[in-house]
Amino acid sequence: MTDPASPVTEASPLVQADPRPTRRIRVPEKLRNLEIFLLVFACVINASAVILVQLGALGHVDFGQLVLLGAGLSVLVIGMHIALRFVAPNADPFLLPIAALLNGIGIAEIYRIDIEQGVSGWDSTGERQVVWSAVAIIIALVVIIALRNHRVLQRYTYVFMVISGVLLLLPILPGIGREIYGARVWIGIGPFSFQPGEVAKIALAIFFAGYLVSRRDSLSMVGRKFLGMRFPRARDLGPILVIWAASMAVIIFQHDLGTALLYFGLFVVMLYVATARLSWVIIGFVLFLGGALIASQVLTYVNDRFANWLNPFDPVNYDAIGGSYQLVQGLFGLANGGLIGTGLGQGSPAITPLAQSDYIVASIGEELGMAGLFAILCLYLLFIARGLRISFSGTDDFGRLLGVGLTFVVALQCFIVIGGVTRVIPLTGLTTPFLAAGGSSLVANWIIVALLLRLSDTVRSQPRLVV
Amino acid sequence: MNRELKRVTIVILAMFATLFLSVTTIQFFSADALANDSRNARTIYASYSKQRGPILVQGQPIAQSVPSDDQYKYQRTYSNGPLYSAVTGYYTLDQGSSGIESALNDELAGTSGSQFLSQLNSIVTGQNPQGASVELTIDPKIQQAAYDALGSQQGAVIAVEPKTGRILAMVSKPDYDPNALAVHDTDQVINTYNTLNTDPNQPLINRTLGGNLDPPGSTFKIVTSSAALQNANLPADHQLPNLSGYQLPNSTNVVSNAGGGTCGPGDTVSIETAFVLSCNIPMAELGVEMGQKDLTDMANAYGYNSGFDSPIPVEASQFPPLKNDPAQLALSSFGQSNVRSSPMQIVEQSMAVANGGVIMQPNLVDTISAPDLTVLQQFQPKTLNTPITSVTASTLSSWMVEAVNSGAATNARIDGVSVAGKTGTAENGTGDPYTLWFTGFAPADNPQVAVAVVVQNGGGLGESGTGNDVAAPIAKKVLEAVLNK
Repeated sequence: MTDPASPVTEASPLVQADPRPTRRIRVPEKLRNLEIFLLVFACVINASAVILVQLGALGHVDFGQLVLLGAGLSVLVIGMHIALRFVAPNADPFLLPIAALLNGIGIAEIYRIDIEQGVSGWDSTGERQVVWSAVAIIIALVVIIALRNHRVLQRYTYVFMVISGVLLLLPILPGIGREIYGARVWIGIGPFSFQPGEVAKIALAIFFAGYLVSRRDSLSMVGRKFLGMRFPRARDLGPILVIWAASMAVIIFQHDLGTALLYFGLFVVMLYVATARLSWVIIGFVLFLGGALIASQVLTYVNDRFANWLNPFDPVNYDAIGGSYQLVQGLFGLANGGLIGTGLGQGSPAITPLAQSDYIVASIGEELGMAGLFAILCLYLLFIARGLRISFSGTDDFGRLLGVGLTFVVALQCFIVIGGVTRVIPLTGLTTPFLAAGGSSLVANWIIVALLLRLSDTVRSQPRLVV
Repeated sequence: MNRELKRVTIVILAMFATLFLSVTTIQFFSADALANDSRNARTIYASYSKQRGPILVQGQPIAQSVPSDDQYKYQRTYSNGPLYSAVTGYYTLDQGSSGIESALNDELAGTSGSQFLSQLNSIVTGQNPQGASVELTIDPKIQQAAYDALGSQQGAVIAVEPKTGRILAMVSKPDYDPNALAVHDTDQVINTYNTLNTDPNQPLINRTLGGNLDPPGSTFKIVTSSAALQNANLPADHQLPNLSGYQLPNSTNVVSNAGGGTCGPGDTVSIETAFVLSCNIPMAELGVEMGQKDLTDMANAYGYNSGFDSPIPVEASQFPPLKNDPAQLALSSFGQSNVRSSPMQIVEQSMAVANGGVIMQPNLVDTISAPDLTVLQQFQPKTLNTPITSVTASTLSSWMVEAVNSGAATNARIDGVSVAGKTGTAENGTGDPYTLWFTGFAPADNPQVAVAVVVQNGGGLGESGTGNDVAAPIAKKVLEAVLNK
């Protein structure tokens, strides 16, 4: 894991050139102290949320559950913090507290819906979410400890291509592939089910970053100018067409509009950042919109999604199987929340189908209101801002591309899910990062946290670069 | 690369700005519209989480919300559900509501304008918000007497205090138990509702106020006689040809009197005799003689073709325009053809006669009180219509007394009390069972109660029952219940 470009070797001459050795720009201690302060704050909010849920829904405090749901997550994230002090002391101090807070609020709301649905013990999604959080955070810890320099990933660009391909194909395979709510994006082994597509997005981001760094010259330099823009040569269209075909395959075979949009959007944005050619974005838009329009005409389920989106209150759509019932109930829930919400434990989020996973945003919006959703959106924005900052200040193009890719995938996923719930775009089944019930989503997003922490540590270890 | 990153940042900011906007739109701007959607179960939960006010009869609750253990927090219960079903109506989770539960929903739920401040107060002080209680004008003894008297007949009974318009009894049969529709299991509610709603006997309809209106038959002769005495200025002894068969103008159809023959002896017959003996031929002749305008005006003056709120909405009884068809006019004059009446309309006819020509608006609600017992609304008698003068009223009153004493309504006679009454035996078409009516009031010199009884489906007797045989004895029991108090 040693790297020739290790920060220490590069750093020393610059620091020594400074006549005032006390003028140190970054003190890792300070970053980590800020992190633990924010982390404790996040853990207090999370525990308060669980207590409020119990007071609102049960009328009393259940200490057993409070310890399990509140303290469990706190121990894990503080453990991660301690590890960071040793393996990534210069990592960004905001990412971990934001992820911990979102994860904790998600657990509190999932627990609240368990109470409304009358499930407890191992049947309860809340307890399973805590276990999955543990798994996810431990995997993130392994990633950050094992991966001491992100540039290692670049060496395995094509390995990640194969990995992402396999992950995408797994659900289609007979035997382990499972179809849930009409979407074939799951694999099942015994009682466990997993959505490999969630993890595939990370592998794809790594693959795209590595591939684009090595191929961007040919993708950006040559081409024909048209309408003031340089359009690529036909032979350079290969990669985007392959990704487009893969996305369309996801729509057709896995019935998953959201995931297809996520992968394709990720690729187009990374392609644009790598090549600085707006024409790629235009080509990408045209390809995806064209594909989606054709799909909406040809594929019934896509057509239904569009009809539900445009006329959710029409009884024809509302009463149809797979119709707009869920969308409308989600809107009713949000409206019930209003400006300040019903209060945790005092709404009726469980009326909406999938209130714990796809519709966790509507559930939180009902109980915490517009104010609460604004806070959640701001947390995401802050998380994304930190990610973009890492990308802005990175020193190597691979790291910068990877940073923007991982950040954008979180932003786009938020937009697709919350936009779907709030009727900005047609509803597609995706999980809200960190909040939603679901192991695969938690694992994937915590790996993103680990990678961004590693990237930021690398960036900040380069001295004299104000971040 | 930084320029591209900035642009990506702007795109991300635009995406989130859209989300902020969409969240604001849903949770702020269209929140009320979404809350008012009938499919919004959360609005129902919210309305249940507040204790709905009780409906009281002489201080005793006939509908009240008691705490329950489920998510709705309160369970609506009806004591004597079937007895009061026409009054209370039902209140369901997702199949709507009816009766007082529907008409005074805002007050019972505590969302009416006059309760706004007290609701705000209870939210601020942390008390459980509560709806207002509604005290009815119903008298439980009279209600029970009317309910028992109607027995298993399909029909309705309504009893009103003519001087004030206070409704003392309101019974519609077949009845139903609103408790069965108040359960918190929506599937069960839907099943029960569908069973009741598709029942051919239509138990969910309040027959006193509308639903399926019936031809009023001879009870309409009160209106025809009023028109003759008042609008046409004819004297009470105005003579009409006394025929045993009357061929309708411009038609081959022949009208006969009930039971056949002429209307008493003689070549001519007075309006009074025709009224007391309830003869169809002289009434048809009378209608044709005075013309459609006088009759139509009087029907409208009695309240035909217009509804009102009792506060349960009363369906408008129908007296459609006659369009210069003398045959229609002749048939309408004794309450056939296209004339259709609710028992409420028929009792109003008696009320006008009983109360010197003035119909006081029938009303079910005495007081509406806030949970702290402050009176939000107190019942005030008010005039609905004044179709006739007190002179006409006293003439008609004496005719109705005579009808009970020695005419066509003798089964309503009560010893020691002068009862005024008018029967009706209406045809519903060839071969269909009759609709049997009685309306009247007692005591005739100082009316305490006016009553209307309708028995549909011929009272089980097909085309052989009469209003006097079937409806008058029912009315008699209701009148007795009032007078024996």
